[in-house]
Amino acid sequence: MEEQDKILHEVTSQEYKFGFVSDYEMDTIPKGLSEDVIRMISAKKNEPEFMLEFRLEAYRKWLKMPMPDWAYLKIPPIDFQDIIYYAAPKKKPQYESLDEVDPELIETFNKLGIPLEEQKVLAGVAVDAVIDSVSVKTTFKETLAEKGIIFCAFSEAVQEHPDLVKKYLGSAVPTSDNFFAALNSAVFSDGSFCYIPKGVRCPMELSTYFRINAAGTGQFERTLIVAEDDSYVSYLEGCTAPMRDENQLHAAIVEIIALDRAEVKYSTVQNWYPGNKEGKGGVYNFVTKRGICRGESSKISWTQVETGSAITWKYPSCILMGDNSVGEFNSVAVTNNYQQADTGTKMIHIGKNTKSTIISKGISAGKSDNSYRGLVKVLPGAVNSRNFSQCDSLLLGSTCGAHTFPYIEVGNKSSVVEHEATTSKIGEDQIFYCNQRGISTEDAIGMIVNGYAKEVLNKLPMEFAVEAQKLLQISLEGSVG
Amino acid sequence: MLTIKNLRVAVEGKEILKGINLEIKAGEVHAIMGPNGSGKSTLGNVLAGKEEYEILEGEVLYEGQDLLDLSAEDRSRMGLFLGFQYPVEIPGVPMVNFIKTSVNEHRKFKGLEPLTAGEFLKLMREKKELVHLDSQLTNRSVNEGFSGGEKKKNEIFQMAMLEPKLAILDETDSGLDIDALRVVSEGVNALKNPERSAIVITHYQRLLEYIVPDFVHVLYQGRIVKSAGKELALELEEKGYDWLKK
Ligand SMILES: Nc1ncnc2c1ncn2[C@@H]1O[C@H](COP(=O)(O)OP(=O)(O)O)[C@@H](O)[C@H]1O
Ligand SMILES: [Mg+2]
Repeated sequence: MEEQDKILHEVTSQEYKFGFVSDYEMDTIPKGLSEDVIRMISAKKNEPEFMLEFRLEAYRKWLKMPMPDWAYLKIPPIDFQDIIYYAAPKKKPQYESLDEVDPELIETFNKLGIPLEEQKVLAGVAVDAVIDSVSVKTTFKETLAEKGIIFCAFSEAVQEHPDLVKKYLGSAVPTSDNFFAALNSAVFSDGSFCYIPKGVRCPMELSTYFRINAAGTGQFERTLIVAEDDSYVSYLEGCTAPMRDENQLHAAIVEIIALDRAEVKYSTVQNWYPGNKEGKGGVYNFVTKRGICRGESSKISWTQVETGSAITWKYPSCILMGDNSVGEFNSVAVTNNYQQADTGTKMIHIGKNTKSTIISKGISAGKSDNSYRGLVKVLPGAVNSRNFSQCDSLLLGSTCGAHTFPYIEVGNKSSVVEHEATTSKIGEDQIFYCNQRGISTEDAIGMIVNGYAKEVLNKLPMEFAVEAQKLLQISLEGSVG
Repeated sequence: MLTIKNLRVAVEGKEILKGINLEIKAGEVHAIMGPNGSGKSTLGNVLAGKEEYEILEGEVLYEGQDLLDLSAEDRSRMGLFLGFQYPVEIPGVPMVNFIKTSVNEHRKFKGLEPLTAGEFLKLMREKKELVHLDSQLTNRSVNEGFSGGEKKKNEIFQMAMLEPKLAILDETDSGLDIDALRVVSEGVNALKNPERSAIVITHYQRLLEYIVPDFVHVLYQGRIVKSAGKELALELEEKGYDWLKK
């Protein structure tokens, strides 16, 4: 399966590379944001008129919006005029060999079991060309094409399938949704597009990128997934390898549209650079992810394992429009050292008999702050709707914080909303029990934390789950004792 | 095997053990009895390496090594086992994974390869039978939702899996009905051999009918106030502890 993903990914990401190459000759875009810059971006990408209008509209709205300050986060001021809003061509490798790379990074790669060749690419070391396996690639492309599945770079979709893009772009996350969504809509560089036609079950897990390409992911990514009636797709985003990126600000958007009886599973592992032990550096991750269950009996589930970034601001949500539609949010969020995370979900019940489930497992260590923020809103017309929320916090040590902010609005009498929350500490007694059986404190914490997060980890696709387990342990190293 | 010399231990500034001396030779079973709060569990925890205790004075030699200098996990790997009075629950961690990790850590320490899945399952089946452990129990999370008796049986099961040189059993008998008590005792006795020793901490002489000790010590207010042969247990059963409190 992993091999499949790899090849599949290579197939689907090729366009990115070509894109970068052809852009290389063009003049560089100046720092800062203005209508001119947006026109330039759109022109460079040779976009149709509707795209430019979409971007400009978003930009004009963004200008009038203040940066949100309601989250339980301390966000240092960001100078939006000090950012280059166009993906620069991929840089040349910075190193000649792995010996020149930060040994701590290499150690983490080894713990995660990442093969040597991949380590080189991730760390920015020069490598020989990857072996070409054209015939296998073709098979995958054919498998997807036979079923009518479209899976390509967003910019390619704009060129090849403008009608689909025009129809669905911004339909789950409108340009004016929030400050960061407006910014992304104005300047997004690229991302992925996925379309599953009526009645088709996508036969493989689709990954936005395999590890190798993960390193080159843009700052303002945009993903759009459309699942037609009676279709199914499972989509993987991210990778467990630690990712260092010079871009401090990341503001991505993911939109999912599920039509009648369609099911979309979206899984994320986020491991961006969290900053050093003193809290210097690290990525600010402001993501807007939203799915609309537009059709009846449709289902969207978000599963996320968040261990990276200095600041995480992220609320993957479901709008349950269709009758009998189902939304799920399963989350593990780990913060250590000086990391801050404010994450959760919104479940908006609009259709009748709609159902949502929220499982959130926060783990805080060091001097970090970890907040769950969730909204469950049941509109008057959403009769007989159900929500169950379980929000647990686990503390390691006494210098970290865990906070829970549930907002519940129920607009009718036939619906039931249940919320449970617990906060616990990893007990010295639990660790000692493990020690007494010959298990080191580090392994004990890994074991206890994975046990705690098991319900969520079990929802991840198999090969992702195993890596995610290791990742949880590594993220918390040095947090106790 | 184990030599404790003038061990004084405090918790949160309060002296709990006030000069313990004890010599345990290979193959011996020692019972430690005494009223609640005497410091019996404290002694077990200190020997096993729990951190919250402050060693004020004294020395402990285990197989010729300075025990107090070793980490808790190394003490375990070197054959010291503590059967807990109150085994903790670890939600979400299946017992089978836990004990497998444990067994393989012990093997790694001895320079042995981890057991194969087949070998491990065979060993586990064997040891579960020994203590009549419900075969479903190992699929559940460590001690989670186990009854009092199941928790204690689970301790003996783990002991059987690890085959320690020195087993310290802290009130393994409390909360067990008479049948369970017999089963647990048989489990302990099955491991007996001239190289292995045990410290059995208990309130009741009942257990000592099944696990016959070579020596009985009475711990009271942090001191061993009396040591004798197995007949002391019977005497305590008859007379209580008051006559020792002076
Ligand atoms: N972690 C601790 N913190 C404070 N006091 C403790 C702690 N552990 C033990 N004690 C105290 O030490 C004394 C002996 O306790 P313990 O060793 O559990 O006795 P026993 O096992 O003989 O009943 C008691 O007074 C108990 O309250
Ligand atoms: Mg006790």
